[in-house]
Amino acid sequence: MTRPLSAPLDVGFDYTRSLGPTLGRFLSDLRRRKVTGIRGSDGRVHVPPLEYDPVTAERLSEFVDVTATGVVRGWSWIPEPLEGQPLDRPFAWALIQLDGADTSLLHAVDAGSPDQMATGTRVRARWRPERVGAITDIECFEISDEPADPPAEADEVTMVTTPVNLHYTHSASPTEDPFLRGLMEGRLIAQRCPVCEKVYFPPRPACPVDGVPTTDQIELSDRGTITTYCVVNVPFLGQRIPPPYVSAYVLLDGADIPFLHLLLGVAPEDVRMGMRVEAVWKPREEWGPTMQNIDHFKPSGEPDAPFDSYSQHL
Amino acid sequence: MRDIAVVGFAQTPCVRETDGTTNGVEMLVPIFHEVLGGLGITKTDIGFWCSGSSDYLAGRAFSFVSAVDAIGAFPPIAESHVEMDAAWALYEAWVKLLCGEVDTALVYGFGKSSAGQLRRVMAMQLDPYLVTPLWPDSLGLAGIQARMGIETGLWDERAMASVAAQSRSAALSNPLAQLSGEVDADELLNLPYVADPLRRHDCAPITDGAATIVLAAGDRARELCERPAWITGFEHRTDTPSFGTRDLTTSPSAVAAGKAAGADGVQVAELHAPFTHQEILLRQALGLGDDVTVNPSGGVLAGNPMFAAGLARIGEAARRIHDGSATKVLGHATSGPLLQQNLVCVMEGRE
Repeated sequence: MTRPLSAPLDVGFDYTRSLGPTLGRFLSDLRRRKVTGIRGSDGRVHVPPLEYDPVTAERLSEFVDVTATGVVRGWSWIPEPLEGQPLDRPFAWALIQLDGADTSLLHAVDAGSPDQMATGTRVRARWRPERVGAITDIECFEISDEPADPPAEADEVTMVTTPVNLHYTHSASPTEDPFLRGLMEGRLIAQRCPVCEKVYFPPRPACPVDGVPTTDQIELSDRGTITTYCVVNVPFLGQRIPPPYVSAYVLLDGADIPFLHLLLGVAPEDVRMGMRVEAVWKPREEWGPTMQNIDHFKPSGEPDAPFDSYSQHL
Repeated sequence: MRDIAVVGFAQTPCVRETDGTTNGVEMLVPIFHEVLGGLGITKTDIGFWCSGSSDYLAGRAFSFVSAVDAIGAFPPIAESHVEMDAAWALYEAWVKLLCGEVDTALVYGFGKSSAGQLRRVMAMQLDPYLVTPLWPDSLGLAGIQARMGIETGLWDERAMASVAAQSRSAALSNPLAQLSGEVDADELLNLPYVADPLRRHDCAPITDGAATIVLAAGDRARELCERPAWITGFEHRTDTPSFGTRDLTTSPSAVAAGKAAGADGVQVAELHAPFTHQEILLRQALGLGDDVTVNPSGGVLAGNPMFAAGLARIGEAARRIHDGSATKVLGHATSGPLLQQNLVCVMEGRE
C-alpha cells in the first residue's frame, strides 16, 4: 500500500501576555540594560525573579539589583542550533548565576567552541541594541571578566509578545487518503462501517459508534439533500463572498453524515430543509486533494425530499 | 479503601515513524481490541475512560477528542483527559475507582512525535515568559543536568553509556522495543556528542506509539485477572518549574513520591528516564539498590512514545505481577522539564 497523503503544516501564534508587577519590573529593567532579582523567603536572591517563593509559596516583593555579569554553574553544547534559539552558530546553553544572585538564569553563551566553556567561567550579558522588554533583550552571554554595558533609559513595559512557530508533517488517515485522492479525480469516496453499515463522508479513521476501522469503500454521487442551514449575515476575516449567503449541511445520497458547504443559486429566504441540491465543480485544472474542488452547491430542481428521508441525519 | 488493581495492559510497537494521523486512532484501535479481548470484555464493561496526550505534539487542537473515535463512544461514555503523560490519567481513574463510582476504567496515552520537531515542541512546557522565548531544546537542558551530576561525582559518561548498553540488552526480550541489541559501553563513548555531554545513546529515541491499561476494583479485578497487580501506593509530587532555583542533581519530588508510595522492597522497577543520567538519578532518589531489577523492558531509552511512555512503565511493571515473576513492583512516570514532576505506582501480587 502506498503511504497516505501528507503535507507540511505550519502552526504559528503570537502569544501576547500581560506581565504583572514582578515580571513587568524584570523585563522593563532588561530594556534598561539592568537585571533585577527578588529576595525569597529564605533570603536567597532569585534571578529571574519569582512571583511566589518556591518553598513557602509566600508572595515575594523585595526587588534586588544584581549585575549583568556572573558565573556559569552548568552547561551543555549545541553543535547544531535549532530555529528560534538565541544564536545560529554553535553555542552553549548555560545556567548562569549573576553576581548578587543565589539562583541561576538560563541563557545562551556565545563561546565559539566547547573548549572555551567550563563551569566557573565568567560571563557577561551581550545586550541587544533594540530592546523591547523581553528575555531576548539579552542577545546572549559572552565570556568576559569585564562589566556589561551600562544602563540606559527606557519606558516601562506591561506586556510581552512571544511568537510560537511549530512545523509538522500532517498525515491523512488510511481512510482519508482514498477520499482525498478521489477528489483529485472529481470522485466522492465514502467509507462504510462494517458493523453498523453507516456511510461516512468524509471518512473517519474509525466508526465513532463502533470503534472499528471503516473498511468498505463506496463512491457517492454529487447530489444530495439540505438537512439544515444557516444564513450568514456577519462579515468576518477571510470571508470569500459578501453576506448574506447560505451555509448548508448537505447529505449526499447514500451517505449517513452531512457536511457543511456553501449554497448558491437561491435567495436566502427561499432555502428550506429537504431542498435537493447538486455540486458545482470548479474547472478541472483547479482540482486538488480538497473539498474545495466543489465550488458550491446549487438547487437541482428536483422536488424536495420528504422529512423522513433525512430526519435521522440532523 | 477499595482495593484496585491493574488487570490488563497493551501497547503498540515503538517505532520511529508511523503513517497514521496525530489523533492516534490507528494506534489505539488495535490495542483497545487487544486489552479488552484479553480480558474477555467489551467497551460496555468499562465504567470510565481517561487519556493522556498533547495537542502541541499533534499540531492540532482537540486531538484527544478525535481519538475518542477509537473507542466507539456510543452509547455515550464517561470520559476525561489530561494534557500530561497518561500515567496521570491512570491516577485520575484510580481516584474515580476509589470513590466507588465505577468498578472498571480504561486508560490510554498516545503520541506521534514524528509529526513535529520534538526537541522544539518540548520547549512549550517551559515558562512561557522567560524561558520558552529562548527555545531551549530538551537535549540541551538535559545536557546541563547531566554535566552537573558528572561534576558533582554522582555519575560519569562511562556510567551513562552503561545505562544505554543495559537498556538495549534488556530490550532484546521486548519485541515491541525500538532499539535493542548488544552494544559495548566503551565503544559508545567514541561516538560524537549531540548536546555535550550527551551522546545520542544518552537520549531516548523519537518514537510513535500508544499504550493502554485497564483498572478494576475488588471482586471485579479477581474475576478479570488471575493475578491482579494490586495498587498499594500511588503518589505524585512536583518541584518548582523554575529549574535555576533547584538542585538538578537530585529530584525532591521523586524522593517524596517514592517514600509516600512505599517503594521499599520492590523487586522490579520500571523508570521513566528519557536520559541515561536520569535513570541513575532516579535509582538514587527512589532508593533502589543493586538487588532491584530496573527496566527489564529496556525502559524509554529503548522506545519513548510521548504521553504513553510513563503509563507503559506502570503496565510493564504490572506485567511482572501478572506473570508471577515478582510480588512487589514499581512503575514510575515523569513530566515537565528535568524530572520536575514524578509519579510512583507501587503494585503487589497476593496469593
